[in-house]
Amino acid sequence: MKYVLMFIETEEFAHQLEAMGELEREAAYAAVGQWFADHADKITHHAHLAPVHTATTVRLDQGEPVVTDGPFVEGKEVVSGFAELEVADLDEALKVARSWPACPIVEIRPLS
Amino acid sequence: MSGPVHEEVLAGVVREHAGRLAASLVSLLGDFSAAEDLVQDAVETALRRWPVEGVPERPDAWLFTVARRRGLDVLRRESNYRAKLAGLTRPDPAPRDDRLRLVFTCCHPALSRAAQIALTLRAVCGLSVAQIAAAFVVPEATVAQRITRAKRKIGEAGIPYRIPAEEELPRRVGEVLAVVYLLFNEGYLSSTAERAQARDLVEEAEWLAALLVNLMPKEPEAAGLLALIRLHRARGAARFDPAGRLVLLADQDRGLWDRQAIERATALLTRTARAHRRPGPYQVQAAIVACHAEAGTFADTDWAQILVLYDMLLHLAPSPVTRLHRAVALRHVKGPEAALAELEPLGRVLERYPLFHATRAELLRDLDRRGQARRADERALELTANPAQQALLADRLRWT
Repeated sequence: MKYVLMFIETEEFAHQLEAMGELEREAAYAAVGQWFADHADKITHHAHLAPVHTATTVRLDQGEPVVTDGPFVEGKEVVSGFAELEVADLDEALKVARSWPACPIVEIRPLS
Repeated sequence: MSGPVHEEVLAGVVREHAGRLAASLVSLLGDFSAAEDLVQDAVETALRRWPVEGVPERPDAWLFTVARRRGLDVLRRESNYRAKLAGLTRPDPAPRDDRLRLVFTCCHPALSRAAQIALTLRAVCGLSVAQIAAAFVVPEATVAQRITRAKRKIGEAGIPYRIPAEEELPRRVGEVLAVVYLLFNEGYLSSTAERAQARDLVEEAEWLAALLVNLMPKEPEAAGLLALIRLHRARGAARFDPAGRLVLLADQDRGLWDRQAIERATALLTRTARAHRRPGPYQVQAAIVACHAEAGTFADTDWAQILVLYDMLLHLAPSPVTRLHRAVALRHVKGPEAALAELEPLGRVLERYPLFHATRAELLRDLDRRGQARRADERALELTANPAQQALLADRLRWT
């Protein structure tokens, strides 16, 4: 089955990242790199999104399309990237998600 | 067997076979939802016909045949199932007991707790939607929707039908035991206002715990949970007076306790502890209940031992409710003042927990702080929805 893992950042996590020294940040990035390498045989596609201040939202349910600045919901938790997996079932996807070394929330959705 | 069939016998036979049938059909069809529907149809047919015709000699074969026929009927349009069902023969003589896989699927952490409970009762215990709704005092439509959603999620989210891998096992066993424990608690002291004690759920919980002990002989916590449930049940007759009022442990007529059941459950606990040497929260809770159960009178209670066990429990599974119970034991070892000092800091987290206020009231009364004790009892009364607890607190406010 195909699943998408959505990586979700919190404000707290963003602050922690900012407060890191250069070495510490390099180590954090290296851990993420290692995670992608460890699961390379299952990850079919992945992407990191530009920060949320770059987001633009279009609403199509109000007659004319309305374009606004910002994400579709203003919140303290934002999607920062995703990885598409090909695994047997949810338990395998959960195992991969559990070992994710960076941002504190991962949502798992099957592709329909 | 023929002639009229007692309802309890009927429920027992269904419970023994529905889960087995569901488990083997999920394996054979590879589709949880479809298999479960067939079992429900078969069970409903049995509940309609057995009271009139009598329970058949081989209920498992009977249910299987009905499920198979029903499947061929309903799923005629779906060629996929049709081919599989047509080729289906009952594995003989004794099919492998697949119910553990069924249990792990029903109690998968990706399902909500309410869904886990409803699905377990339906698929593993063979309860109908109406029976589950009655046990939890919720509308049938709510239960039906919960089960439908859960089954859809199992299919669409790819929740597997198998026993988890070794490294996952401890966590997942914990999840399964938590479902059974909640079921027991709900039955033992129901928090809803409709009735004080839902006996059926307690029975289902005990049966499930016994099933898990059989299916997972290597898990001492399953045996711990079974012993815990049996120790509570052994004292069930003394928990309510003839008028249906709740009787506190100190005031219970211990002559009503089932001594044999207590001995058997305690022996199970000792055997488990010796064989595995892996204590866990359920084993320790059972040991605490065993301490109470073994005391001939309330005054004989070995509170020092109980206090040690609470310390162990707090170490294994820290929780404010456990600290509250430990404070009660401390009152009997070191006195009400020490207990109250332990209790007060819990007020912030347990503000909405009626037992916190009721316990506090007792300690304050011990210390002769009557005004404060009354206010604490009043707060407890406001918070509880359980009629038996309400009656007890109202009584206390009237007489003290």
